[in-house]
Amino acid sequence: MASLAFVIAMINGINLGSIYALIALGYTMVYGIAKMLNFAHGDVIMAGALSIVVLVQQFHVHPVLSILISVILCVALGVLTEKIAYKPLRNSSSLSVLITAIGVSYLMQNLAQILFGSSLRSFPKVFHWPSMILGSVELKMDRVMTIAVTFLLMFLVLLFVYRTKIGLAMRAVAQDREAAMLMGVPMDRIISITFAIGAALAAVAGFFFGVAYGFVGPYSGSMPGIKAFTAAVFGGIGSIPGAILGGFLLGLAESMVKTFVSSELSDAIVFGLLIVVLLIKPTGLLGKEIRDKV
Amino acid sequence: MNRLWRKKRFFLGGLLALLLFVLMHSLIQSGLVSRHIQSLFVPVGLNMILALSLFLLVGMLGELSLGHAGFMSIGAYAGGLFSKVMMHVLPVWVRFPLALLVGALVAALLALLLSVPVFRLKGDYLAIVTLAFGEIVRSLVINLPFTGGAAGLKGIPKDTSFSFLYWIVVFTIWLTRWIYYSKIGLEWRAIRDNAIAAEACGIPVVSRKRAAFVFAASFAGIAGVLYSHHYSILTAEVFGFNRSIEVLVMVVLGGLESATATAVSAFFLTIAPEMLRFLNQYRMLIYSLMLIIVMIGRNTQWAKPKWFQQRRENA
Amino acid sequence: MPHQSGTVFLLNFTVPGTVKDKLTKEWVSKMRFVKKGAFITMMLLVAMVLSACNQPTPAAKNVETKKDVVLKIGGSGPLTGAAASYGTSVKQGAQVAVEEINTNGGVQGMKLELLFEDDAADPALAVSAYARLVDKGMHVSMGTTTSGAGMAMTEEVNKDGFLMVTPSASQKEITRFDNCFRVCFTDPDQGTYAADFIADHEVAKKVAVLYDKSSDYSTGIRDSFVEQAAQRGLEVVSEQAFTSQSNTDFAVQIQAIANSGAELVFLPIYYQEAAMILKQGSTLDVTFFGVDGMDGVITQLGAEYADLAEGVMLLTPFAADSTDEKTVHFVKLYQTAYQSTPDQFAADAYDAVYTITAAVKASGVKSLDEKDFNAKLVAAMTEITVEGVTGTMTWSKEGEPAKSATAVVIENGKYVAYKK
Repeated sequence: MASLAFVIAMINGINLGSIYALIALGYTMVYGIAKMLNFAHGDVIMAGALSIVVLVQQFHVHPVLSILISVILCVALGVLTEKIAYKPLRNSSSLSVLITAIGVSYLMQNLAQILFGSSLRSFPKVFHWPSMILGSVELKMDRVMTIAVTFLLMFLVLLFVYRTKIGLAMRAVAQDREAAMLMGVPMDRIISITFAIGAALAAVAGFFFGVAYGFVGPYSGSMPGIKAFTAAVFGGIGSIPGAILGGFLLGLAESMVKTFVSSELSDAIVFGLLIVVLLIKPTGLLGKEIRDKV
Repeated sequence: MNRLWRKKRFFLGGLLALLLFVLMHSLIQSGLVSRHIQSLFVPVGLNMILALSLFLLVGMLGELSLGHAGFMSIGAYAGGLFSKVMMHVLPVWVRFPLALLVGALVAALLALLLSVPVFRLKGDYLAIVTLAFGEIVRSLVINLPFTGGAAGLKGIPKDTSFSFLYWIVVFTIWLTRWIYYSKIGLEWRAIRDNAIAAEACGIPVVSRKRAAFVFAASFAGIAGVLYSHHYSILTAEVFGFNRSIEVLVMVVLGGLESATATAVSAFFLTIAPEMLRFLNQYRMLIYSLMLIIVMIGRNTQWAKPKWFQQRRENA
Repeated sequence: MPHQSGTVFLLNFTVPGTVKDKLTKEWVSKMRFVKKGAFITMMLLVAMVLSACNQPTPAAKNVETKKDVVLKIGGSGPLTGAAASYGTSVKQGAQVAVEEINTNGGVQGMKLELLFEDDAADPALAVSAYARLVDKGMHVSMGTTTSGAGMAMTEEVNKDGFLMVTPSASQKEITRFDNCFRVCFTDPDQGTYAADFIADHEVAKKVAVLYDKSSDYSTGIRDSFVEQAAQRGLEVVSEQAFTSQSNTDFAVQIQAIANSGAELVFLPIYYQEAAMILKQGSTLDVTFFGVDGMDGVITQLGAEYADLAEGVMLLTPFAADSTDEKTVHFVKLYQTAYQSTPDQFAADAYDAVYTITAAVKASGVKSLDEKDFNAKLVAAMTEITVEGVTGTMTWSKEGEPAKSATAVVIENGKYVAYKK
């Protein structure tokens, strides 16, 4: 019986982790290339999910079309915030950018609340994915889809970054910004593209978030944002496979602790585990060692 | 600098603080100050202390901490529990200072514990650990049996008075300035600017960092004790991530260079949302917009006055 | 990056003997000191002066024109932040009542005005919100929406003596002062009622509890429920908790409940989390049982998922689809004004305003600056009976309402009285 409980906890963990991984992916991309912690990333997810809700329920747009529109809206949102709020600060300390990102995050949350009301809104049924029951375990199809899409997107992003010219430029910017500029890399465009991709990933994450949990509100993005940020650092921030790994591991840890230890202390324990891991591997699991050059 | 002037400045500063105190006190007593402003004295004072303590860490040492409210929380609960237990045992003028001490010490102790893993990490990894710490404290506070759980800790004696708070704030400002220009302050700033060069100059980096952490935490703990002894009740949600961020914003907006500027920034950022109450539900929206505008403004050319730009050209 | 202020920078270029050597470090320091001192003093003075100007004199309570006597009711609640929907509900419910009363001529010849401030469910903000309401000339207080924020503020209200009638702050200690009353049930009472009901009507023998450990409302009800359940012979087979830090994913808790063999799941939580649990736990073969916070779950689920609410039971004093005249009228007014169905909070706020007006009428006060205005209102509270949308209420000196809750089952998207 205990082993069954273990398996169930594993499955729940992977389910949980899939959402975290998807969000962490966007986080780590933006950090790796633009070298900024986009605090507002979680809120872009909320914007994506909420826009699907509004499009389907208020404007009666076809669900699949609304997903596409939501992605476009999020990309626009991401690029716009970058141009208006982050670009002027490109040469300032990362702390200033962080604070500005916090301002953007609060702005999005409050704007969403004013426009769409403060209560949680029910996420519409988009695809009718069946659930499979194996014995006493319920395998929800939508979770399987989340994991599949997460991996697919990861491969696509890796493909993009390592096999295309723009990807090459992005890697150059990530490695050494000044040198990249000297090499003629169009900095503005590359960073905009980075944010665009990050925002698109967030929109997809928003969709799966809505499907998984059923409700979205203006403040829904906050906690997942923090947890995904933790996951990204856990796996080594700046590393794309690291973000995925970090996300799944965080989900598994959370699920295991909730099942076998305590569901209310789970956050404390999981964050504690994070500190322990960082003690052993200070740059995260797949992070690169930062060599200080004098 | 002229020793005489330094002494003079110290006394003049003290005199100014005293005059202001007398002025404020008499205005309050005469009932000329609105209820609203009166209710803001404590929040402003507390935020000043918090901002100054975080300034030590973020401004002087240059380390980002996203969990500062956790130390405030620890101090508040430790001091509050102590006062509750000692409520009928010790008289106020013994109990309250002791409570402050207890709060500061417990916070300092936990900072010491936390500094062990923290200082192997760089930059954003350190930020994450402080964030994790803040969340751990919040989670523990809800779940531990002696902290009152979700309903919170009630019945803490209301020992914080306006006068006491005022002078603690003045003291904190003075202390922070003094530290800034002292040897250890200089060492911290050296570490901030270039840790390797500092180490090469013989500064024990890890031990100094730890000292900064502990110091900042103990002052946050004191702020926590003052909080708990004013509002008489503590709930876990008060000291969450949002609180940490609020304090960080105050510090950054204060420019990271001067203690007084940080205090002024804390003053404004506490008053501003209150003064914007007439905006009702648009209040937070305007606030966040203002935050973004100020942050961009401080860092872009169009905000700087002419003489600064000319100086740039000459250099 | 350390930056040098302009004056210090200039010091590096001081040429001795010229005008510039006046810019010694000492002079700079003196100037800075004077500037800082002047700035700080000026700011404080401005703040104080502004506030002195803002201060409404108590006589402002009284009236320039005889027909403009306004009784100001002040309340606070979260209008921003995660709990914003509850504060907004309270504000809107109260506003509906105020407008209705004003169209019907006011109370004792006075018009009502609602002053509502945001406190984001934070105790410190609740205190400053209260202070601002006092400045604005509030005559009666509606307290806070949430209990956590209300504890510190009730101390102030007690000092000032205003009558306080809170719609929804359900912790027992909120009414510890003589002048504090509430409209909603207290948390411990609800837990006891629920356990008693389940035992009396033999709804189930094996019970699971899923509650929010970070909410005083939820833990308060859970505590008394578990205690009473033990006394009544109900078996609590599983207790699961979540916190506000992790209130979206309930897979683990739902799994544990499924393993425990529970027949009934007690949910002392609000309708937003309840709806999520219903969605995520749709394969659980249990009866869900909630209390007043659960009201509104049907609206929350929406038409698409309404079938998930089938069979859910709750003990609630208010039902939006109830057919009694008062409720129908209230719901209609609310829907016209806000295009949505009122929830428990709105109903409580509506009743709170009516309670206040009943107290005013019963106290016999004729004008706002009458002597012992507050004391008379407080005294009147124990003498009135209010027939509100949340039941017929009378109050004890302890500030608790005596009212009953109806047990309902959700069938076909509507509340149906429970019949056994």
